[in-house]
Amino acid sequence: MATATDSSTRGATTSRSRSSKRPNWVGGLMGWVWLGVIVVPIYWIVITSLKPSSEYFTTNPLLPSASPTFDAYQLVLENDFARYFINSVLVTLGAVVPAVLISFMAAFAIVRGKSRFLRLSSGFLLMGLAVPLQATIIPLYLMIIRLQLYNSLLAVILPSIAFAIPLAVLVLGNFIRDVPNELFESMRLDGTSEWGTAWRLAFPLVRPAIVTVSIYTGLQVWNGFLLPLIFTDRQELRVLPLALWTFQGQYSVNVPAVLAAVVLSTLPIVVFYVIGRRQLVSGLTAGFSK
Amino acid sequence: MATTTGTAPARTGPGAAAPAPGRTSEHRSTKTGSVAWMAIPAVAFFAFFGAVPLVGVFVLSFMQWDGLSPSPTWLGLGNWTSILTDPVMWRAMGLTFGIMIFSWLVQTPISLLLGVFTAGTQKYRAVLAVLYFLPLLMSAAAISIAFKALLDPNFGLAASLGVPWLALNWLGDPTLVLFVVIFVLSWMYVPFHSLLYQGGVQQIPKQMYEAASIDGAGTVRQFFSITLPQLKYTIITSSTLMVVGSMTAFDLIFVLTGGGPGNSTRVLALDMYLRAFRANQMGPGSVIACLIVLIGLGLALFLRRLGGKDANSSQMEGL
Repeated sequence: MATATDSSTRGATTSRSRSSKRPNWVGGLMGWVWLGVIVVPIYWIVITSLKPSSEYFTTNPLLPSASPTFDAYQLVLENDFARYFINSVLVTLGAVVPAVLISFMAAFAIVRGKSRFLRLSSGFLLMGLAVPLQATIIPLYLMIIRLQLYNSLLAVILPSIAFAIPLAVLVLGNFIRDVPNELFESMRLDGTSEWGTAWRLAFPLVRPAIVTVSIYTGLQVWNGFLLPLIFTDRQELRVLPLALWTFQGQYSVNVPAVLAAVVLSTLPIVVFYVIGRRQLVSGLTAGFSK
Repeated sequence: MATTTGTAPARTGPGAAAPAPGRTSEHRSTKTGSVAWMAIPAVAFFAFFGAVPLVGVFVLSFMQWDGLSPSPTWLGLGNWTSILTDPVMWRAMGLTFGIMIFSWLVQTPISLLLGVFTAGTQKYRAVLAVLYFLPLLMSAAAISIAFKALLDPNFGLAASLGVPWLALNWLGDPTLVLFVVIFVLSWMYVPFHSLLYQGGVQQIPKQMYEAASIDGAGTVRQFFSITLPQLKYTIITSSTLMVVGSMTAFDLIFVLTGGGPGNSTRVLALDMYLRAFRANQMGPGSVIACLIVLIGLGLALFLRRLGGKDANSSQMEGL
């Protein structure tokens, strides 16, 4: 019955289906306008970064250079780009891996256990979602100095882990809850410990969520600016966003070089995006979807 | 995406989480001891680097510290009275709310339309979505630096195109710069909110539209009486993230304008940074941090209340 009306509405009413294109038209117009808003600056960034710096002031800004060159990229690479890149990788991996692992453990405990301590922990971490990192930066600075971590990558990594935990626990907990109870029961009857169940049963089953949470956290840390800005002041400890900022200060007149730095700092993520677009997109909104 | 969105109903539903009473609960209690410790690393970590600094910022707001001397010293209410009577702070506060409201007004309709659009037509979706999401991959620093170069009054894109109304001193004029900040914030965040709306739209049952079109409801009518009400919680989540996000917006404005020209883009988060780490006044900086926390929390709770009691738990994340 339902399918009959379904197909009849679709088949019979061409007039109506035309009218149903109207919001597509409004949305579509916005879609194309916004596409221009997004694409024009990105196009300009890319073509300008390929211009010789002398040509920048004299040629049409919207046309690619007649003699494209990687000079700007070479200049960026010569300015210790590799070091900043490695710092960014170290900070990101150093934050994401522990954050996701301990969040998974906590989520598993909160879902599986029933004790008062776990209920309190769950509430505590949920409230943690409301704590903005920016607002805690001054006491964190004091703590980092006291712990003698100032000017170390660890100073960036440790708070990054902490602030990734609440959302990661929430998202992973939602997924662990979806694991059928019978699976847990059968593991228990086999005499597997909770620790074994967590890693051998739950972990593989919620792998998509682990990937999602890792990507979300990874992007946050990779693009993070405030922690490295405040907790480090040594050139060799700069991560990419910070290096980008100082590079821009030094080479502000050499626009192609500045934009080449922008492109290079984003390129690793773009490569990632091309490889795993779907996971990345779902990771971007992690737990925020309804 | 589908997996993420699928979880919310599952957790409220019966089934998995509800254990059989009796026998199981005994086992539970014996098992509990062996599982609770697994929560300790995460809880301890967050307590130390999240909760302690949060308490710390309130304590520090009553203390005096220049960030260089070894220890803060007790001061009392001094920081609070001086900040609460400081016109610079009130200006920053007004600016923060102004940017918050205008960027909400700009971003929400655009994100909503784009979300509906990308959730709809199959043909465009895949191609356009790839491009839409590019800004999400860039750091705030990269975006700000690119726009700074693009808007440069002498060498930027606008200037070299030779179109007079584009060749304005975008970042040097105290009024124009506000438009720039709102535009660049939108450029950066609209894709994220479109994604939220796209996910929300995809969850609306198709039958509702079929029923409405049988009843003769036009598409505009459908949008206002089905799509919008069904997206209520998505709108609240997205608005909460936007509003709380503008309370803490730092990177983008810091790199784009540094608060200038003058103090014309010195929002609260920047005011906090400049006082604490440039003027070495950690106490007054902490007072502003407290204000950011309190106002952010207040706004989040207010929006949550707007959502009604049945707002599902994922709204917590906006908090």
